[in-house]
Amino acid sequence: MSQPGTPGAPAGLQAHNGAASASGAPYSNGPVPSAMMSSHIAVNQGYNSQLPGSYPHLLPAKTLNPASGQSSYHASQGSGQAFHRPPVASHPVGPSLHSGPVPQMLPPASQSPAAGPRLPGGFPPGSSPLPPVNWQHSPPSLAPQASHCPPAPSQPTVLGNTHLSAHHQYVPSGDPSLQNSCATSGSALPLRNPPLPTTFQPGAPPGPPPAGGPPLVRALAPQKASLRAAPQPSFNAAVNQEGITSNTNNGSMMVHSSYDAIEGGGFLATPQLATKNPQMSQGVGYAYPSLPPGYQNTTPPSSATGMPSSSLNYPSGPQAFPQTSLGANHLTASMSGLSLHPEGLRVVNLLQERKILPATPLQPPAPNLHEDIQKLNCNPELFRCTLTSIPQTQALLNKAKLPLGLLLHPFKDLVQLPVVTSSTIVRCRSCRTYINPFVSFLDQRRWKCNLCYRVNDVPEEFMYNPLTRVYGEPHRRPEVQNATIEFMAPSEYMLRPPQPPVYLFVFDVSHNAVETGYLNSVCQSLLDNLDLLPGNTRTKIGFITFDSTIHFYSLQEGLSQPQMLIISDIDDIFIPMPENLLVNLNESKELVQSLLKTLPQMFTKSLETQSALGPALQAAFKLMSPTGGRMSVFQTQLPTLGVGALKPREEPNQRTSAKEIHLTPSTDFYKKLALDCSGQQVAVDLFLLSGQYSDLASLGCISRYSAGSVYYYPSYHHQHNPVQVQKLQKELQRYLTRKIGFEAVMRIRCTKGLSIHTFHGNFFVRSTDLLSLPNVNPDAGYAVQMSVGESLTDTQLVSFQSALLYTSSKGERRIRVHTLCLPVVSTLNEVFLGADVQAISGLLANMAVDRSITASLSDARDALVNAVIDSLSAYRSSVLSNQQPGLMVPFSLRLFPLFVLALLKQKSFQTGTNARLDERIFAMCQVKNQPLVYLMLTTHPSLYRVDNLSDEGALNINDRTIPQPPVLQLSVENLSRDGAFLMDAGSVLMLWIGKNCAQNFLTQVLGVQNYASIPQTMTELPDLDTPESARTIAFISWLREQRPFFPILYIIRDESPMKANFLQNMVEDRTESALSYYEFLLHIQQQVNK
Amino acid sequence: MEAVVFIFSLLDCCALIFLSVYFIITLSDLECDYINARSCCSKLNKWVIPEMIGHSIVTVLMLVSLHWFIFLLNLPVVTWNIYRFIMVPSGNMGVFDPTEIHNRGQLKSHMKEAMIKLGFHLLCFFMYLYSMILALIND
Repeated sequence: MSQPGTPGAPAGLQAHNGAASASGAPYSNGPVPSAMMSSHIAVNQGYNSQLPGSYPHLLPAKTLNPASGQSSYHASQGSGQAFHRPPVASHPVGPSLHSGPVPQMLPPASQSPAAGPRLPGGFPPGSSPLPPVNWQHSPPSLAPQASHCPPAPSQPTVLGNTHLSAHHQYVPSGDPSLQNSCATSGSALPLRNPPLPTTFQPGAPPGPPPAGGPPLVRALAPQKASLRAAPQPSFNAAVNQEGITSNTNNGSMMVHSSYDAIEGGGFLATPQLATKNPQMSQGVGYAYPSLPPGYQNTTPPSSATGMPSSSLNYPSGPQAFPQTSLGANHLTASMSGLSLHPEGLRVVNLLQERKILPATPLQPPAPNLHEDIQKLNCNPELFRCTLTSIPQTQALLNKAKLPLGLLLHPFKDLVQLPVVTSSTIVRCRSCRTYINPFVSFLDQRRWKCNLCYRVNDVPEEFMYNPLTRVYGEPHRRPEVQNATIEFMAPSEYMLRPPQPPVYLFVFDVSHNAVETGYLNSVCQSLLDNLDLLPGNTRTKIGFITFDSTIHFYSLQEGLSQPQMLIISDIDDIFIPMPENLLVNLNESKELVQSLLKTLPQMFTKSLETQSALGPALQAAFKLMSPTGGRMSVFQTQLPTLGVGALKPREEPNQRTSAKEIHLTPSTDFYKKLALDCSGQQVAVDLFLLSGQYSDLASLGCISRYSAGSVYYYPSYHHQHNPVQVQKLQKELQRYLTRKIGFEAVMRIRCTKGLSIHTFHGNFFVRSTDLLSLPNVNPDAGYAVQMSVGESLTDTQLVSFQSALLYTSSKGERRIRVHTLCLPVVSTLNEVFLGADVQAISGLLANMAVDRSITASLSDARDALVNAVIDSLSAYRSSVLSNQQPGLMVPFSLRLFPLFVLALLKQKSFQTGTNARLDERIFAMCQVKNQPLVYLMLTTHPSLYRVDNLSDEGALNINDRTIPQPPVLQLSVENLSRDGAFLMDAGSVLMLWIGKNCAQNFLTQVLGVQNYASIPQTMTELPDLDTPESARTIAFISWLREQRPFFPILYIIRDESPMKANFLQNMVEDRTESALSYYEFLLHIQQQVNK
Repeated sequence: MEAVVFIFSLLDCCALIFLSVYFIITLSDLECDYINARSCCSKLNKWVIPEMIGHSIVTVLMLVSLHWFIFLLNLPVVTWNIYRFIMVPSGNMGVFDPTEIHNRGQLKSHMKEAMIKLGFHLLCFFMYLYSMILALIND
């Protein structure tokens, strides 16, 4: 929900904002649904006056607009956006709508004459997301355009209006919750607003509300009052009738007047339009009006109003876009790639080059694509392929011996996300692919799917580009300009009305659980974050506790205190009273709070040691199945009673032998229940806080197949293990407040010829390519393996598209689409050059987890080593012409052996006695569920020396100087006793202080007198007023800011218990059971050269 | 007597053929997305044991009636069926596991297996038919 705005927003995205406002609010980039919706509502109805009331800050913005009435509604729109990304607000919103001020901000449009009118709308020049080059118009069409300039602008307005009306229809279908969102956004607004005013220069008279305004205001007032209560249907109804007509009129007027302002010229069409609009929009309702022939001729030209210069920019026909341009430029691109990165082509002899780890964090390789395409490509953090050059045939892939797969982080918290609201979502008719930047437009009316190559019609609505307010430019729509985009889904995408956010907490309260004292922390965290739970007025919450019996809590409104209901018949679970166990959080907040306050004390005297987890889960499932939602289960021991009871299986003596460990679940109960949950849209998150063996292998299934996540706190104790307590608190804080998507499904499509054959991650594969995700959270990553089915020889580009359909916590159905485009290559060398070593290691780790479960751990370890050996021998035998001694690897894979060695030493796959079974299985769960970045950090942490931080090469962000120490190789030889070293292992940071560490560092940074006085467990750096302290803290907080969760900092001295963990991460060193890096290289060399 | 043995085998074989066809249909339904993995697997798992028993009965019958050739022909398939059933990991929901079936090409291998079995049962069917007629004539 809180997605900070970034000042340096990519132009493309900003453009969208503009677009949003232009089309009467269909777009916004904030990921926050609420604001969007609220603004929509406001817009559609012309409830301008309402907004000023609730958002005082907006007023100035409104007043700016010359076209007063309508403009105010835009202002409201703008506010919605500003809310999401404050800093950006300066361009996005304002421009298109408040076109008046905009032109002044923008330097003269250089791209095209047509851009004159268009640019102000959304493209801040210079940052224009798409250089015109890509979008080629056939020259003939340009000419007419020029001549018919005036009608063209008029066209858009018409469409804009119809658009609005179309848009309307969604509103009513949306859930009541939508309206609530008004409230939330409103409250948040003032905070974020300030940037807005900068955009709009005051001076314009405060506009009177539009014609339709006043009555609507009245309509709103009650609405507002009842915001927290059930929404009023009448509200929507009113909108439909009144809002449209008035709106449409105003809208057209507005646009025109603003045009005038920009260009200083009037439009003849204006008056006509104003009169025409209402009819058109009403008549058409959903779709765009069929245009009079005259328009059809004229409109396309409009985009190129007499632009001699632009014609240069559009050299060839439109369909040339992806394929031709790529084809033509492919060679040059790769050539330029060569000249730019001669490094990339180097062959590295690993045995000679010991220092292969780059000093800066490793960047994912960029696919060898034409830069115009690459610019549009999906962010590698969201969507990444192991081979950035896709081999043409399966034979070639087999030869390379590298795994082909995708790693996704689809629901990542994004700072910038264009959101599109449109009545029709344009998709391929045969493969249902969403239109994306890599489709080709054969002409204005047809586009060719880049996945199945079917030629589709461009729907009428899509011809109008709200971004530029020009008709006939489908290729400039935000959908075609952004590889990552979110659609507001209309009702066709709902099987049932969007579910309310439902949170159920299931607590273990057996004696063991009470001993650990976890209830205190959890209840406190919940109390603190109760208001931050993502949701709206429909949010429901419930609690269940269990030991050998199951306790429900009735939180009925009106009760003076929560009522506890105990069910002791655990063999045949029933729900004692279905009504009041899951209650509306807002209505019963006091009861919930009082329950959370008393809960930790209620069981302090409990002597019940048994745990009936299975029946409790069944009860919770029954309780939630009508709605779906999120179930958070806290468990502290092995379940011993009822269904799903487990037996201890771990035998400590056998830890050494990799064969005999139990990685597979011992019962299918949890799996079956998870699938039931998945079917009812319930996700189960498991928090395991246990000192002894709890058979996570079996318990974990409940989360794994219901798309939940597993958290594990070994040996949690409120007194003896304060570090775990802190960890739980921080992770709960994140867990409770992070974004959440309900009843989600994800589909990954790829270009014909490629097929996905294996999926990794927490979900249930419901049918061949449909992943069922009852909940989706922003911290979950997924991976898939692919094979090349048919040869890809006749294509140069392949695309992958993931589409995640979910219900937001505000009750909106949304689709988040990511599209990745990659080149196809025909030679082995190119395949190797394009290998993405991090992604490969990540995918291999996922595959190895599967292998250790289906076969055995030793098999998995062998498979990892063989993966390196096979690919490097393939490289040696097929690519290298002269057989040199040593271990020759392509530059792209130079870190491959290192990462695989790190994987072998990772908790999941290591041998030796020091890994407890549950910890190992938890590590495996993490491998499967973590996004690649964090997986790589846990596997191969970054090591920095921090006792001599300097400002040299430091980053400057917002006036903060962040030192950038070089990344060191993970070897003890890099440590020294007179230094301090920071290890960044993703979820933890470890600061190791050498025994002879400089006194300066101890006093200036740690704030202690000498080494001996460093406390045993220290997890925070004091905020001292010294430059050294400032630098260290700046660096650490910078590392923390990059991830959504809060990594705890452990300060480690020689005797600390964490020291073993620190040293264990020194993957290049030899350990009792594993090879050192050099030995590993020698081993590989021996095998490769065989 | 001989004829009775073969008539019974014939009927049993028919049932197995139908079962194989049912497996193939259900699996291809899953492949084409007509049904979801959960229902597909629960449908199929129900028939794994009947199939195993049905096939074992014929095999044992052949052994008892001392038809060595047919017995030896059936033996590997029966062994495979039993092996597959026994080797199901403890956490799985049967031979066909909905959470695994889409991974690692399992669907394809199940399909292939069902096809091979269908071929095998058809072969057996004609063999039993021939033997039955032969037995009836001899009587």
